[in-house]
Amino acid sequence: MSINLQALSAQLLVGLINGSFYALLSLGLAVIFGMLNIINFAHGALYMMGAFCAYFLLNGLGLSYWPALIIAPIAVGIFGMILERTMLKWLTGLDHLYGLLLTFGLALIIQGIFQNYFGSSGLPYAIPDQLKGGMNLGFMFLPIYRGWVVIFSLVVCLLTWYLIERTQLGAYLRAATENPTLVRAFGINVPRMITLTYGLGVGLAALAGVLSAPINQVRPLMGSDLIIVVFAVVVIGGMGSIMGSIITGFSLGIIEGLTKYFYPEASNTVVFVLMVLVLLVKPAGLTGRAT
Amino acid sequence: MVDLKVADPAAKGGNAQAGSPVLEVRNLEAWYGESHILHGINFDVRSGEVVTLLGRNGAGKTSTLKSVMGIIGKRTGSIKYEGNEIIRMSSDKIARLGVAFCPEERGIFASLDVRENLMLPPTIRSGGLSLEQIFDLFPNLKERLNSQGTKLSGGEQQMLAIARILRTGARFLMLDEPTEGLAPVIIQQIGHTISRLKSEGFTILLVEQNFRFASTVADRFYIVEHGKIIDGFANSELQANMDKLHTYLGV
Repeated sequence: MSINLQALSAQLLVGLINGSFYALLSLGLAVIFGMLNIINFAHGALYMMGAFCAYFLLNGLGLSYWPALIIAPIAVGIFGMILERTMLKWLTGLDHLYGLLLTFGLALIIQGIFQNYFGSSGLPYAIPDQLKGGMNLGFMFLPIYRGWVVIFSLVVCLLTWYLIERTQLGAYLRAATENPTLVRAFGINVPRMITLTYGLGVGLAALAGVLSAPINQVRPLMGSDLIIVVFAVVVIGGMGSIMGSIITGFSLGIIEGLTKYFYPEASNTVVFVLMVLVLLVKPAGLTGRAT
Repeated sequence: MVDLKVADPAAKGGNAQAGSPVLEVRNLEAWYGESHILHGINFDVRSGEVVTLLGRNGAGKTSTLKSVMGIIGKRTGSIKYEGNEIIRMSSDKIARLGVAFCPEERGIFASLDVRENLMLPPTIRSGGLSLEQIFDLFPNLKERLNSQGTKLSGGEQQMLAIARILRTGARFLMLDEPTEGLAPVIIQQIGHTISRLKSEGFTILLVEQNFRFASTVADRFYIVEHGKIIDGFANSELQANMDKLHTYLGV
């Protein structure tokens, strides 16, 4: 068959955009799972809160996209840290199932509240003026905002990787993931680190929410649609590795995009088919360490 | 030190040269979940001493160290470090007072390289060993700084586990079976290290099953059995107590 470069590039770009969100969200999930041993089912709801936060900042306080990009992750991150301090911390040492039930319940409550006030339809959020328009790259037309999302997400992912893999703070974090008791016995306040880690993971989700607002509109259920795929991404990548989450996130976005072009019928299922295949061959995921 | 009655072992085995008590443990009881593992531990460690807890497997030696460090489920009684009551403190606060712990399983982190493992414990006060001094003690570590922590040999991992707590400025070290599973030549090197640390004024609480090794470094011994201290004597009294020791340790 002949390849329509224009259409293929467009689907690849969509794939990269989705991949950006997958990477930002699965990165947060991996960091949270490492430190808290909790599969954070509230992640999608917190992503949605990030988008709503940007919406409120714009329509309530008149603060544009740029301050929202900083304020929303911090605000939602603080909300996450309050959840951790008041609820999640009591789950230490309990079976995974309890964390799953609690975070899933939280997700339903948060989504329910937003649905109650805003219904299920999308609220518009305009692309900031500086990122409007597009570029003609010859083989395709690139909307500037979409290019910005991909590059900015990639930078944030790599900064997070650097923070965790190359700094002293990251060494504390990695060590505490392995043996929190011993790290605490060295004089490090591990409970505070756990709270901050949850805040970081949640902040990344909220950041993805702000980035997504101009593309996907702001909807109470925007997170629950996305998070199912993100969990598949996490399973494929394995929980063990930061770089693994980033690479898997972007790759699966691209694979999804390619599938949309070559075999659109499978585009909604390709990630799950891959998940099954990976689980059959490497149950710990592509980059995960079998324990 | 003629009276060797078991009633108050903490009062015995005194070392006239040693300084004031650094650690005073009184009526320490501890639990792992439901199981009651320490049943009233009493002992002292004085400034500049090397004190060894001897006893069979499961006697409560490691649990005693963990209780002092604050990493055991529940504990009651009194543990005073430099006069401060620490029994209700969290382990990070205890560490900040200057108590350092080298666990039996060594606790080298697989996701950190040797340098990161070495630099992990935060400096809690000045006066710790410099990296130069540490590499002088353990030259092997210098050559392997970029290896993954758990790729080191058992002996090197033990050295790393000791080295990293010397950096922090802590003056009271608790070493849990540092010779376990190591070759004789490495045991010797660890013995030299402990003697050198003692001569530099560190106070050391050692847990050992290998009493031959312990007798080369320790000033005093306490015997732990069924979660209690049942006896104690100074190193100079070791020969006189050999028969009892064999009975206690079953060797």
